[in-house]
Amino acid sequence: MTRPEAARLARECRSLRNTIVDMIHAAQSGHTGGSLSCVEILWLLYARHLRVKPDDPAWPDRDRFILSKGHAAPALYAVLAARGFFGADALPTLRRTGSMLQGHPDMRKVPGVEMSTGSLGMGISAGIGMALAARLAGRDSRVCVLVGDGELNEGQIWEALMAARKYELSNLAVIVDKNDVQLDGTTQEVMPLLDVRAKFGSFGWAVRECDGHDIPRLDAALRWATGAAAGPVPRVVIACTVKGKGVSFMEGKSEWHGKQIGAEDYRAAKEELGK
Amino acid sequence: MTAKPQRLVFGEELVALGEANERIVVLDADVCSSTQTKLFKARFPGRFFTFGIAEANMVSAAAGFAASGCIPVVSTFALFIALRAGDQVRAQVAYAGANVKLVGGYAGLSDYADGASHQSVEDIAVMRAIPNMTVIAPSDITETRMALRAAIAHDGPVFLRLSREAVTEDYGPDHPFAIGKGIAVREGTDVTIVATGTLVPCALRAAGLLNAGGVSARVIDMHTIKPLDEELLVRAARDTGALVTVEEHSVLGGLGSAVCEALCARVPVPVLRCGIPDRFGESGSYAEILTRAGLDDTSICSAALRAVEMKRP
Repeated sequence: MTRPEAARLARECRSLRNTIVDMIHAAQSGHTGGSLSCVEILWLLYARHLRVKPDDPAWPDRDRFILSKGHAAPALYAVLAARGFFGADALPTLRRTGSMLQGHPDMRKVPGVEMSTGSLGMGISAGIGMALAARLAGRDSRVCVLVGDGELNEGQIWEALMAARKYELSNLAVIVDKNDVQLDGTTQEVMPLLDVRAKFGSFGWAVRECDGHDIPRLDAALRWATGAAAGPVPRVVIACTVKGKGVSFMEGKSEWHGKQIGAEDYRAAKEELGK
Repeated sequence: MTAKPQRLVFGEELVALGEANERIVVLDADVCSSTQTKLFKARFPGRFFTFGIAEANMVSAAAGFAASGCIPVVSTFALFIALRAGDQVRAQVAYAGANVKLVGGYAGLSDYADGASHQSVEDIAVMRAIPNMTVIAPSDITETRMALRAAIAHDGPVFLRLSREAVTEDYGPDHPFAIGKGIAVREGTDVTIVATGTLVPCALRAAGLLNAGGVSARVIDMHTIKPLDEELLVRAARDTGALVTVEEHSVLGGLGSAVCEALCARVPVPVLRCGIPDRFGESGSYAEILTRAGLDDTSICSAALRAVEMKRP
Protein backbone atom coordinates (compact mmCIF):
# COMPACT_ATOMS: atom_id res chain seq x y z
CA MET A 1 0.00 0.00 0.00
CA THR A 2 1.41 3.39 -1.00
CA ARG A 3 1.58 6.29 1.45
CA PRO A 4 -0.99 8.37 -0.47
CA GLU A 5 -3.35 5.38 -0.45
CA ALA A 6 -2.94 4.93 3.29
CA ALA A 7 -3.48 8.65 3.81
CA ARG A 8 -6.67 8.58 1.72
CA LEU A 9 -8.01 5.58 3.65
CA ALA A 10 -7.20 7.36 6.93
CA ARG A 11 -9.19 10.40 5.75
CA GLU A 12 -12.08 8.16 4.80
CA CYS A 13 -12.00 6.53 8.23
CA ARG A 14 -12.07 9.94 9.88
CA SER A 15 -15.09 10.84 7.79
CA LEU A 16 -16.80 7.59 8.83
CA ARG A 17 -16.09 8.38 12.49
CA ASN A 18 -17.76 11.75 12.01
CA THR A 19 -20.79 10.06 10.47
CA ILE A 20 -20.98 7.54 13.32
CA VAL A 21 -20.85 10.22 16.00
CA ASP A 22 -23.48 12.23 14.10
CA MET A 23 -25.79 9.20 13.87
CA ILE A 24 -25.50 8.21 17.52
CA HIS A 25 -25.86 11.81 18.64
CA ALA A 26 -28.99 12.25 16.50
CA ALA A 27 -30.47 9.00 17.80
CA GLN A 28 -29.58 9.94 21.38
CA SER A 29 -28.67 6.31 21.93
CA GLY A 30 -26.30 3.73 20.51
CA HIS A 31 -22.90 2.17 21.04
CA THR A 32 -20.18 4.67 20.28
CA GLY A 33 -17.11 2.99 21.77
CA GLY A 34 -17.37 -0.30 19.92
CA SER A 35 -18.41 1.42 16.68
CA LEU A 36 -15.36 3.67 16.66
CA SER A 37 -12.95 0.82 17.45
CA CYS A 38 -13.80 -1.16 14.30
CA VAL A 39 -13.87 1.62 11.67
CA GLU A 40 -10.57 0.70 9.98
CA ILE A 41 -11.46 -3.01 10.02
CA LEU A 42 -14.84 -2.45 8.37
CA TRP A 43 -13.68 0.13 5.89
CA LEU A 44 -10.64 -1.83 4.70
CA LEU A 45 -12.78 -4.96 4.32
CA TYR A 46 -15.47 -3.21 2.29
CA ALA A 47 -13.17 -0.87 0.36
CA ARG A 48 -10.43 -3.36 -0.49
CA HIS A 49 -11.11 -7.00 0.32
CA LEU A 50 -14.73 -8.15 0.15
CA ARG A 51 -16.05 -8.98 -3.30
CA VAL A 52 -19.47 -7.40 -3.19
CA LYS A 53 -21.69 -5.53 -5.64
CA PRO A 54 -23.54 -2.69 -3.89
CA ASP A 55 -25.96 -2.44 -6.83
CA ASP A 56 -26.64 -6.19 -6.68
CA PRO A 57 -26.54 -7.09 -2.96
CA ALA A 58 -27.94 -10.58 -3.61
CA TRP A 59 -25.23 -11.51 -6.15
CA PRO A 60 -24.82 -15.24 -5.36
CA ASP A 61 -21.02 -15.32 -5.66
CA ARG A 62 -20.43 -12.39 -3.31
CA ASP A 63 -18.35 -12.60 -0.18
CA ARG A 64 -20.38 -12.48 3.01
CA PHE A 65 -19.67 -10.26 6.00
CA ILE A 66 -21.32 -10.77 9.38
CA LEU A 67 -21.17 -8.16 12.11
CA SER A 68 -21.39 -10.53 15.03
CA LYS A 69 -20.92 -7.62 17.44
CA GLY A 70 -24.22 -6.21 16.19
CA HIS A 71 -24.13 -3.21 18.51
CA ALA A 72 -21.53 -1.68 16.19
CA ALA A 73 -24.38 -1.27 13.70
CA PRO A 74 -23.74 2.49 13.23
CA ALA A 75 -20.26 1.69 11.90
CA LEU A 76 -21.62 -0.95 9.53
CA TYR A 77 -24.40 1.33 8.29
CA ALA A 78 -21.96 4.18 7.68
CA VAL A 79 -19.67 1.85 5.72
CA LEU A 80 -22.50 0.29 3.68
CA ALA A 81 -23.80 3.74 2.78
CA ALA A 82 -20.30 4.89 1.84
CA ARG A 83 -20.01 1.87 -0.47
CA GLY A 84 -23.36 2.72 -2.06
CA PHE A 85 -25.58 -0.10 -0.73
CA PHE A 86 -28.11 2.58 0.17
CA GLY A 87 -28.27 6.36 0.27
CA ALA A 88 -26.55 8.31 3.03
CA ASP A 89 -29.86 10.10 3.61
CA ALA A 90 -31.00 7.02 5.58
CA LEU A 91 -28.20 7.39 8.15
CA PRO A 92 -29.82 10.07 10.34
CA THR A 93 -32.83 7.78 10.77
CA LEU A 94 -30.85 5.34 12.94
CA ARG A 95 -33.08 3.91 15.68
CA ARG A 96 -36.06 6.04 14.63
CA THR A 97 -39.53 4.52 14.49
CA GLY A 98 -40.07 3.00 11.06
CA SER A 99 -36.41 3.22 9.99
CA MET A 100 -34.70 0.31 8.27
CA LEU A 101 -31.70 1.16 10.44
CA GLN A 102 -32.68 -0.71 13.57
CA GLY A 103 -30.55 -0.45 16.70
CA HIS A 104 -28.97 -3.76 15.68
CA PRO A 105 -28.68 -4.99 12.05
CA ASP A 106 -31.73 -6.57 10.44
CA MET A 107 -30.90 -8.52 7.28
CA ARG A 108 -34.53 -8.30 6.14
CA LYS A 109 -34.47 -4.52 6.13
CA VAL A 110 -31.01 -3.28 5.14
CA PRO A 111 -29.38 -3.94 1.75
CA GLY A 112 -25.95 -5.44 2.33
CA VAL A 113 -26.62 -6.80 5.81
CA GLU A 114 -26.05 -10.55 5.54
CA MET A 115 -27.20 -11.70 8.98
CA SER A 116 -29.39 -10.26 11.70
CA THR A 117 -27.29 -9.89 14.83
CA GLY A 118 -27.41 -8.28 18.23
CA SER A 119 -27.58 -11.17 20.64
CA LEU A 120 -23.88 -11.85 21.00
CA GLY A 121 -21.84 -14.91 20.14
CA MET A 122 -23.82 -16.15 17.14
CA GLY A 123 -22.03 -14.68 14.12
CA ILE A 124 -19.22 -17.18 13.61
CA SER A 125 -21.74 -20.02 13.73
CA ALA A 126 -23.85 -18.40 11.02
CA GLY A 127 -20.65 -17.86 9.05
CA ILE A 128 -19.94 -21.57 9.30
CA GLY A 129 -23.30 -22.31 7.69
CA MET A 130 -22.54 -19.85 4.89
CA ALA A 131 -19.03 -21.19 4.36
CA LEU A 132 -20.29 -24.78 4.19
CA ALA A 133 -23.10 -23.76 1.82
CA ALA A 134 -20.58 -22.02 -0.46
CA ARG A 135 -18.40 -25.12 -0.53
CA LEU A 136 -21.42 -27.33 -1.23
CA ALA A 137 -22.45 -25.13 -4.15
CA GLY A 138 -18.90 -24.92 -5.47
CA ARG A 139 -18.91 -21.14 -5.04
CA ASP A 140 -15.66 -19.35 -4.41
CA SER A 141 -17.22 -16.92 -1.96
CA ARG A 142 -15.57 -16.19 1.35
CA VAL A 143 -17.13 -15.43 4.68
CA CYS A 144 -15.79 -12.88 7.11
CA VAL A 145 -17.07 -12.38 10.66
CA LEU A 146 -16.26 -9.53 13.03
CA VAL A 147 -16.52 -10.33 16.73
CA GLY A 148 -15.79 -8.23 19.77
CA ASP A 149 -13.40 -9.39 22.47
CA GLY A 150 -16.07 -9.03 25.17
CA GLU A 151 -18.21 -11.22 22.94
CA LEU A 152 -15.65 -14.00 23.34
CA ASN A 153 -17.22 -14.54 26.79
CA GLU A 154 -20.06 -16.36 25.04
CA GLY A 155 -19.70 -20.15 25.04
CA GLN A 156 -21.14 -20.46 21.56
CA ILE A 157 -18.00 -18.78 20.17
CA TRP A 158 -15.93 -21.76 21.27
CA GLU A 159 -18.46 -24.25 19.91
CA ALA A 160 -18.09 -22.46 16.58
CA LEU A 161 -14.29 -22.46 16.67
CA MET A 162 -14.29 -26.25 17.06
CA ALA A 163 -16.77 -26.75 14.23
CA ALA A 164 -14.96 -24.41 11.81
CA ARG A 165 -11.74 -26.32 12.36
CA LYS A 166 -13.48 -29.68 12.05
CA TYR A 167 -14.88 -28.68 8.67
CA GLU A 168 -11.54 -27.17 7.59
CA LEU A 169 -13.20 -23.91 6.60
CA SER A 170 -10.40 -22.15 4.79
CA ASN A 171 -13.06 -19.85 3.30
CA LEU A 172 -13.95 -18.47 6.75
CA ALA A 173 -12.14 -15.59 8.41
CA VAL A 174 -12.79 -14.08 11.81
CA ILE A 175 -11.59 -10.65 12.89
CA VAL A 176 -11.49 -9.93 16.61
CA ASP A 177 -11.97 -6.26 17.45
CA LYS A 178 -9.82 -6.50 20.55
CA ASN A 179 -10.47 -3.20 22.27
CA ASP A 180 -10.01 -4.65 25.77
CA VAL A 181 -13.17 -3.02 27.13
CA GLN A 182 -16.73 -4.29 27.51
CA LEU A 183 -19.90 -2.84 28.99
CA ASP A 184 -19.09 -3.06 32.67
CA GLY A 185 -15.35 -2.59 32.59
CA THR A 186 -12.17 -3.91 31.03
CA THR A 187 -12.15 -7.44 29.69
CA GLN A 188 -9.50 -8.12 32.31
CA GLU A 189 -11.94 -7.12 35.07
CA VAL A 190 -15.10 -8.67 33.68
CA MET A 191 -13.77 -11.96 32.34
CA PRO A 192 -10.05 -12.29 31.67
CA LEU A 193 -9.35 -13.72 28.22
CA LEU A 194 -5.72 -14.42 29.00
CA ASP A 195 -3.87 -15.30 25.81
CA VAL A 196 -6.45 -14.95 23.03
CA ARG A 197 -3.90 -15.81 20.38
CA ALA A 198 -3.01 -19.06 22.13
CA LYS A 199 -6.68 -19.88 22.64
CA PHE A 200 -7.48 -19.59 18.92
CA GLY A 201 -4.29 -21.46 18.12
CA SER A 202 -5.20 -24.32 20.40
CA PHE A 203 -8.54 -24.59 18.59
CA GLY A 204 -6.58 -25.19 15.40
CA TRP A 205 -7.00 -21.79 13.77
CA ALA A 206 -4.29 -19.90 11.91
CA VAL A 207 -3.75 -16.68 13.86
CA ARG A 208 -2.31 -13.25 13.11
CA GLU A 209 -2.24 -10.26 15.37
CA CYS A 210 -1.94 -6.62 14.36
CA ASP A 211 -2.70 -3.04 15.28
CA GLY A 212 -6.32 -2.58 14.21
CA HIS A 213 -5.83 1.11 13.47
CA ASP A 214 -2.55 0.85 11.54
CA ILE A 215 -3.92 0.90 8.03
CA PRO A 216 -1.03 -0.74 6.08
CA ARG A 217 -0.52 -3.47 8.72
CA LEU A 218 -4.21 -4.15 9.15
CA ASP A 219 -4.61 -4.25 5.38
CA ALA A 220 -1.89 -6.88 5.09
CA ALA A 221 -3.50 -8.97 7.83
CA LEU A 222 -6.91 -8.79 6.16
CA ARG A 223 -5.36 -9.73 2.83
CA TRP A 224 -3.85 -12.76 4.53
CA ALA A 225 -7.18 -13.67 6.18
CA THR A 226 -9.32 -13.37 3.06
CA GLY A 227 -6.75 -14.35 0.44
CA ALA A 228 -5.80 -17.73 -0.99
CA ALA A 229 -5.89 -20.48 1.60
CA ALA A 230 -2.55 -21.50 3.00
CA GLY A 231 -4.03 -24.71 4.39
CA PRO A 232 -7.26 -26.41 5.37
CA VAL A 233 -7.86 -24.24 8.41
CA PRO A 234 -9.93 -21.17 9.27
CA ARG A 235 -8.08 -17.92 9.88
CA VAL A 236 -8.39 -15.25 12.55
CA VAL A 237 -6.94 -11.76 12.80
CA ILE A 238 -6.70 -10.36 16.29
CA ALA A 239 -6.91 -6.65 15.66
CA CYS A 240 -5.74 -4.70 18.70
CA THR A 241 -7.87 -1.60 18.84
CA VAL A 242 -8.90 1.23 21.14
CA LYS A 243 -12.50 1.49 22.23
CA GLY A 244 -13.83 4.92 21.28
CA LYS A 245 -10.85 5.47 18.96
CA GLY A 246 -10.56 9.01 17.60
CA VAL A 247 -12.28 10.83 20.44
CA SER A 248 -9.78 11.20 23.27
CA PHE A 249 -12.25 11.40 26.13
CA MET A 250 -14.02 8.24 24.92
CA GLU A 251 -10.90 6.18 24.35
CA GLY A 252 -10.57 3.12 26.55
CA LYS A 253 -13.59 4.08 28.64
CA SER A 254 -16.24 1.45 29.35
CA GLU A 255 -18.76 4.21 30.11
CA TRP A 256 -18.71 5.05 26.38
CA HIS A 257 -19.85 1.53 25.50
CA GLY A 258 -23.40 2.74 25.15
CA LYS A 259 -23.76 6.21 26.62
CA GLN A 260 -25.85 8.99 25.08
CA ILE A 261 -23.76 11.71 23.49
CA GLY A 262 -24.75 14.99 25.11
CA ALA A 263 -24.52 18.39 23.39
CA GLU A 264 -21.20 19.37 24.92
CA ASP A 265 -19.54 16.02 24.34
CA TYR A 266 -20.83 16.09 20.77
CA ARG A 267 -19.21 19.46 20.09
CA ALA A 268 -15.94 18.32 21.64
CA ALA A 269 -15.98 15.03 19.71
CA LYS A 270 -16.65 16.78 16.41
CA GLU A 271 -13.85 19.21 17.06
CA GLU A 272 -11.40 16.37 17.62
CA LEU A 273 -12.60 14.58 14.52
CA GLY A 274 -11.98 17.73 12.53
CA LYS A 275 -15.44 18.61 11.41
CA MET B 1 -52.15 -52.32 11.94
CA THR B 2 -48.82 -50.88 10.86
CA ALA B 3 -46.89 -49.20 13.66
CA LYS B 4 -43.51 -47.51 13.50
CA PRO B 5 -41.54 -45.12 15.70
CA GLN B 6 -42.39 -41.60 14.61
CA ARG B 7 -38.68 -40.75 14.50
CA LEU B 8 -38.15 -43.56 11.99
CA VAL B 9 -41.02 -42.35 9.83
CA PHE B 10 -39.32 -38.94 9.85
CA GLY B 11 -35.88 -40.36 9.08
CA GLU B 12 -37.15 -42.36 6.11
CA GLU B 13 -39.24 -39.54 4.69
CA LEU B 14 -36.30 -37.16 5.00
CA VAL B 15 -34.27 -39.44 2.74
CA ALA B 16 -37.11 -39.53 0.21
CA LEU B 17 -37.32 -35.73 0.24
CA GLY B 18 -33.54 -35.48 0.00
CA GLU B 19 -33.64 -37.50 -3.24
CA ALA B 20 -35.98 -34.98 -4.81
CA ASN B 21 -34.54 -31.76 -3.41
CA GLU B 22 -30.82 -31.08 -3.47
CA ARG B 23 -31.21 -27.92 -1.40
CA ILE B 24 -31.96 -29.99 1.70
CA VAL B 25 -29.08 -30.29 4.17
CA VAL B 26 -29.34 -31.97 7.56
CA LEU B 27 -27.71 -30.70 10.75
CA ASP B 28 -27.38 -32.91 13.80
CA ALA B 29 -25.99 -32.62 17.33
CA ASP B 30 -24.58 -36.09 18.03
CA VAL B 31 -27.99 -37.76 18.16
CA CYS B 32 -28.49 -38.95 14.56
CA SER B 33 -28.75 -42.56 15.71
CA SER B 34 -31.58 -41.51 17.99
CA THR B 35 -33.46 -39.08 15.76
CA GLN B 36 -32.90 -41.31 12.72
CA THR B 37 -31.20 -38.67 10.59
CA LYS B 38 -28.48 -41.33 10.35
CA LEU B 39 -30.48 -42.59 7.37
CA PHE B 40 -29.96 -39.27 5.57
CA LYS B 41 -26.32 -39.30 6.61
CA ALA B 42 -25.83 -42.73 5.04
CA ARG B 43 -27.55 -41.74 1.79
CA PHE B 44 -26.21 -38.16 1.44
CA PRO B 45 -22.99 -37.89 3.46
CA GLY B 46 -22.03 -34.65 1.70
CA ARG B 47 -25.21 -32.93 2.82
CA PHE B 48 -25.12 -34.11 6.41
CA PHE B 49 -23.33 -32.06 9.05
CA THR B 50 -22.83 -32.98 12.65
CA PHE B 51 -22.03 -30.19 15.06
CA GLY B 52 -21.32 -32.28 18.11
CA ILE B 53 -23.11 -31.62 21.35
CA ALA B 54 -23.45 -27.91 20.61
CA GLU B 55 -27.03 -27.05 19.72
CA ALA B 56 -26.64 -23.27 19.79
CA ASN B 57 -23.88 -23.40 17.19
CA MET B 58 -25.92 -25.82 15.09
CA VAL B 59 -29.04 -23.63 15.01
CA SER B 60 -27.03 -20.51 14.13
CA ALA B 61 -25.19 -22.43 11.41
CA ALA B 62 -28.57 -23.43 10.00
CA ALA B 63 -29.42 -19.74 9.68
CA GLY B 64 -26.23 -19.30 7.67
CA PHE B 65 -27.13 -22.22 5.39
CA ALA B 66 -30.60 -20.77 4.87
CA ALA B 67 -29.18 -17.32 4.06
CA SER B 68 -27.22 -19.04 1.30
CA GLY B 69 -30.21 -20.77 -0.29
CA CYS B 70 -30.11 -24.19 1.37
CA ILE B 71 -33.04 -25.73 3.24
CA PRO B 72 -31.46 -26.84 6.51
CA VAL B 73 -33.24 -29.46 8.60
CA VAL B 74 -32.03 -29.20 12.19
CA SER B 75 -32.56 -32.35 14.19
CA THR B 76 -32.15 -32.95 17.88
CA PHE B 77 -34.33 -33.38 20.96
CA ALA B 78 -37.20 -30.86 21.13
CA LEU B 79 -36.04 -29.58 24.49
CA PHE B 80 -32.61 -28.59 23.20
CA ILE B 81 -34.01 -26.73 20.20
CA ALA B 82 -36.60 -24.80 22.19
CA LEU B 83 -34.61 -24.08 25.34
CA ARG B 84 -30.90 -24.74 24.93
CA ALA B 85 -30.86 -22.93 21.58
CA GLY B 86 -33.90 -20.76 22.21
CA ASP B 87 -32.13 -17.45 21.69
CA GLN B 88 -30.56 -18.67 18.45
CA VAL B 89 -33.97 -19.87 17.25
CA ARG B 90 -35.50 -16.52 18.07
CA ALA B 91 -32.74 -14.20 16.81
CA GLN B 92 -31.37 -15.96 13.76
CA VAL B 93 -34.14 -18.27 12.60
CA ALA B 94 -37.41 -16.51 13.45
CA TYR B 95 -36.41 -12.83 13.47
CA ALA B 96 -34.29 -13.38 10.39
CA GLY B 97 -37.20 -15.23 8.74
CA ALA B 98 -34.76 -18.01 7.87
CA ASN B 99 -35.99 -20.99 5.89
CA VAL B 100 -34.92 -23.42 8.62
CA LYS B 101 -36.81 -26.57 9.62
CA LEU B 102 -36.36 -27.33 13.30
CA VAL B 103 -37.31 -30.92 14.00
CA GLY B 104 -37.68 -31.51 17.72
CA GLY B 105 -37.66 -35.22 18.48
CA TYR B 106 -38.31 -37.09 21.71
CA ALA B 107 -40.99 -34.52 22.58
CA GLY B 108 -43.45 -34.67 25.45
CA LEU B 109 -42.88 -37.62 27.76
CA SER B 110 -41.80 -39.94 24.93
CA ASP B 111 -38.27 -40.12 26.31
CA TYR B 112 -40.00 -41.68 29.28
CA ALA B 113 -37.17 -43.67 30.84
CA ASP B 114 -34.65 -40.81 30.77
CA GLY B 115 -36.83 -38.67 33.02
CA ALA B 116 -37.41 -34.95 33.45
CA SER B 117 -34.00 -33.81 32.17
CA HIS B 118 -34.85 -35.10 28.70
CA GLN B 119 -38.63 -34.74 28.58
CA SER B 120 -39.85 -31.74 26.65
CA VAL B 121 -43.05 -30.33 28.09
CA GLU B 122 -42.45 -26.60 27.48
CA ASP B 123 -41.38 -26.53 23.84
CA ILE B 124 -44.75 -25.66 22.28
CA ALA B 125 -45.18 -22.75 24.70
CA VAL B 126 -41.76 -21.36 23.85
CA MET B 127 -41.90 -21.89 20.11
CA ARG B 128 -45.40 -20.55 19.56
CA ALA B 129 -44.58 -17.36 21.47
CA ILE B 130 -41.91 -16.51 18.89
CA PRO B 131 -43.12 -14.39 15.95
CA ASN B 132 -42.77 -15.90 12.44
CA MET B 133 -42.66 -19.46 13.78
CA THR B 134 -44.92 -22.23 12.50
CA VAL B 135 -45.50 -25.05 15.01
CA ILE B 136 -46.64 -28.49 13.86
CA ALA B 137 -47.15 -31.73 15.83
CA PRO B 138 -48.29 -34.53 13.49
CA SER B 139 -50.13 -37.59 14.75
CA ASP B 140 -49.88 -40.78 12.68
CA ILE B 141 -47.49 -42.18 10.07
CA THR B 142 -49.26 -40.57 7.13
CA GLU B 143 -49.52 -37.18 8.77
CA THR B 144 -45.88 -37.24 9.88
CA ARG B 145 -44.80 -37.74 6.27
CA MET B 146 -47.18 -35.07 5.02
CA ALA B 147 -46.13 -32.61 7.72
CA LEU B 148 -42.44 -32.98 6.88
CA ARG B 149 -43.18 -32.58 3.19
CA ALA B 150 -45.26 -29.45 3.88
CA ALA B 151 -42.63 -28.03 6.22
CA ILE B 152 -39.98 -28.35 3.51
CA ALA B 153 -42.29 -26.78 0.92
CA HIS B 154 -43.18 -23.90 3.28
CA ASP B 155 -40.91 -20.85 2.91
CA GLY B 156 -39.97 -19.87 6.45
CA PRO B 157 -39.17 -21.20 9.90
CA VAL B 158 -41.01 -24.33 11.05
CA PHE B 159 -40.83 -26.26 14.31
CA LEU B 160 -41.89 -29.87 13.79
CA ARG B 161 -42.56 -31.69 17.04
CA LEU B 162 -42.07 -35.46 16.99
CA SER B 163 -42.27 -38.37 19.37
CA ARG B 164 -39.65 -40.98 20.03
CA GLU B 165 -42.32 -43.66 20.14
CA ALA B 166 -44.48 -45.67 17.77
CA VAL B 167 -47.32 -44.22 15.75
CA THR B 168 -49.84 -46.15 13.71
CA GLU B 169 -51.09 -45.62 10.19
CA ASP B 170 -54.54 -44.17 10.78
CA TYR B 171 -54.96 -41.93 7.76
CA GLY B 172 -54.98 -42.82 4.10
CA PRO B 173 -53.17 -41.11 1.24
CA ASP B 174 -56.12 -38.73 0.74
CA HIS B 175 -55.72 -37.27 4.25
CA PRO B 176 -56.30 -33.54 3.70
CA PHE B 177 -53.20 -32.18 5.44
CA ALA B 178 -52.39 -28.50 5.06
CA ILE B 179 -50.41 -26.30 7.44
CA GLY B 180 -52.78 -24.21 9.56
CA LYS B 181 -55.87 -26.30 8.77
CA GLY B 182 -57.08 -28.58 11.56
CA ILE B 183 -59.00 -31.69 10.60
CA ALA B 184 -62.24 -32.95 12.16
CA VAL B 185 -61.51 -36.68 12.24
CA ARG B 186 -64.74 -37.59 13.99
CA GLU B 187 -68.03 -35.72 13.98
CA GLY B 188 -70.02 -35.07 17.15
CA THR B 189 -72.46 -32.62 18.68
CA ASP B 190 -72.12 -32.58 22.49
CA VAL B 191 -68.45 -31.78 23.01
CA THR B 192 -65.27 -31.34 20.94
CA ILE B 193 -61.95 -32.92 21.81
CA VAL B 194 -59.08 -30.99 20.22
CA ALA B 195 -55.91 -33.05 20.22
CA THR B 196 -52.45 -32.59 18.78
CA GLY B 197 -49.57 -34.90 17.97
CA THR B 198 -49.45 -38.51 18.97
CA LEU B 199 -52.36 -38.22 21.42
CA VAL B 200 -54.94 -37.93 18.63
CA PRO B 201 -55.61 -41.72 18.69
CA CYS B 202 -56.10 -41.48 22.46
CA ALA B 203 -58.67 -38.70 21.92
CA LEU B 204 -60.46 -40.88 19.37
CA ARG B 205 -60.61 -43.77 21.83
CA ALA B 206 -62.01 -41.42 24.48
CA ALA B 207 -64.66 -40.31 21.97
CA GLY B 208 -65.55 -43.97 21.49
CA LEU B 209 -66.02 -44.40 25.23
CA LEU B 210 -68.17 -41.26 25.37
CA ASN B 211 -70.30 -42.51 22.51
CA ALA B 212 -70.94 -45.76 24.36
CA GLY B 213 -72.25 -43.60 27.22
CA GLY B 214 -74.52 -41.61 24.93
CA VAL B 215 -72.31 -38.51 24.54
CA SER B 216 -71.48 -37.46 20.98
CA ALA B 217 -67.91 -36.14 20.80
CA ARG B 218 -66.28 -34.42 17.85
CA VAL B 219 -62.52 -34.93 17.54
CA ILE B 220 -60.22 -32.44 15.85
CA ASP B 221 -56.66 -33.32 14.87
CA MET B 222 -55.03 -29.92 15.42
CA HIS B 223 -51.67 -30.78 13.92
CA THR B 224 -50.75 -27.11 13.48
CA ILE B 225 -50.67 -25.20 16.74
CA LYS B 226 -49.45 -22.04 15.07
CA PRO B 227 -50.98 -20.59 13.00
CA LEU B 228 -54.03 -21.94 14.79
CA ASP B 229 -57.16 -22.84 12.82
CA GLU B 230 -59.45 -20.47 14.70
CA GLU B 231 -62.37 -20.85 12.30
CA LEU B 232 -62.53 -24.59 12.88
CA LEU B 233 -62.47 -23.99 16.65
CA VAL B 234 -65.17 -21.33 16.46
CA ARG B 235 -67.41 -23.71 14.50
CA ALA B 236 -66.77 -26.47 17.03
CA ALA B 237 -67.53 -24.12 19.92
CA ARG B 238 -70.79 -23.01 18.30
CA ASP B 239 -71.81 -26.54 17.32
CA THR B 240 -70.90 -28.39 20.51
CA GLY B 241 -70.70 -25.69 23.22
CA ALA B 242 -67.77 -27.19 25.13
CA LEU B 243 -64.21 -28.29 24.36
CA VAL B 244 -61.43 -30.40 25.80
CA THR B 245 -57.84 -30.02 24.64
CA VAL B 246 -55.35 -32.89 24.68
CA GLU B 247 -51.59 -32.55 24.36
CA GLU B 248 -48.43 -34.20 25.61
CA HIS B 249 -47.18 -30.86 26.89
CA SER B 250 -47.59 -28.65 29.92
CA VAL B 251 -51.08 -27.26 30.45
CA LEU B 252 -49.34 -23.88 30.49
CA GLY B 253 -48.75 -22.30 27.11
CA GLY B 254 -49.44 -25.14 24.71
CA LEU B 255 -52.41 -26.15 22.58
CA GLY B 256 -54.84 -25.74 25.48
CA SER B 257 -53.71 -22.19 26.10
CA ALA B 258 -53.83 -21.40 22.39
CA VAL B 259 -57.40 -22.71 22.12
CA CYS B 260 -58.51 -20.71 25.18
CA GLU B 261 -56.89 -17.55 23.81
CA ALA B 262 -58.67 -17.98 20.50
CA LEU B 263 -62.11 -18.81 21.87
CA CYS B 264 -62.34 -16.40 24.80
CA ALA B 265 -62.39 -13.50 22.36
CA ARG B 266 -64.95 -15.01 20.00
CA VAL B 267 -67.07 -17.84 21.44
CA PRO B 268 -66.39 -18.13 25.15
CA VAL B 269 -67.43 -21.68 26.01
CA PRO B 270 -66.03 -24.07 28.65
CA VAL B 271 -62.59 -25.40 27.69
CA LEU B 272 -60.89 -28.02 29.86
CA ARG B 273 -57.22 -28.69 29.24
CA CYS B 274 -55.75 -32.19 29.42
CA GLY B 275 -52.00 -31.95 29.54
CA ILE B 276 -49.08 -32.37 31.85
CA PRO B 277 -49.76 -30.55 35.12
CA ASP B 278 -47.38 -27.71 36.02
CA ARG B 279 -44.60 -29.98 37.18
CA PHE B 280 -41.59 -31.76 35.74
CA GLY B 281 -41.72 -35.19 34.18
CA GLU B 282 -40.34 -38.38 35.71
CA SER B 283 -38.83 -41.70 34.72
CA GLY B 284 -41.15 -44.64 34.35
CA SER B 285 -43.01 -46.70 31.79
CA TYR B 286 -44.50 -44.54 29.05
CA ALA B 287 -48.06 -45.70 29.68
CA GLU B 288 -47.76 -45.18 33.42
CA ILE B 289 -46.35 -41.67 33.35
CA LEU B 290 -48.91 -40.64 30.72
CA THR B 291 -51.67 -41.94 32.98
CA ARG B 292 -50.18 -40.17 36.00
CA ALA B 293 -50.36 -36.96 33.94
CA GLY B 294 -54.01 -37.62 33.13
CA LEU B 295 -53.31 -38.40 29.50
CA ASP B 296 -55.21 -41.65 29.02
CA ASP B 297 -58.56 -42.58 27.47
CA THR B 298 -60.57 -42.55 30.69
CA SER B 299 -59.10 -39.27 32.03
CA ILE B 300 -59.90 -37.54 28.75
CA CYS B 301 -63.35 -39.09 28.79
CA SER B 302 -63.95 -37.73 32.31
CA ALA B 303 -62.74 -34.28 31.32
CA ALA B 304 -65.16 -34.30 28.39
CA LEU B 305 -68.05 -35.25 30.67
CA ARG B 306 -67.12 -32.41 33.05
CA ALA B 307 -67.02 -30.00 30.11
CA VAL B 308 -70.47 -31.14 29.01
CA GLU B 309 -71.69 -30.65 32.58
CA MET B 310 -70.35 -27.09 32.57
CA LYS B 311 -72.58 -26.19 29.63
CA ARG B 312 -75.64 -26.37 31.90
CA PRO B 313 -76.65 -22.94 33.21
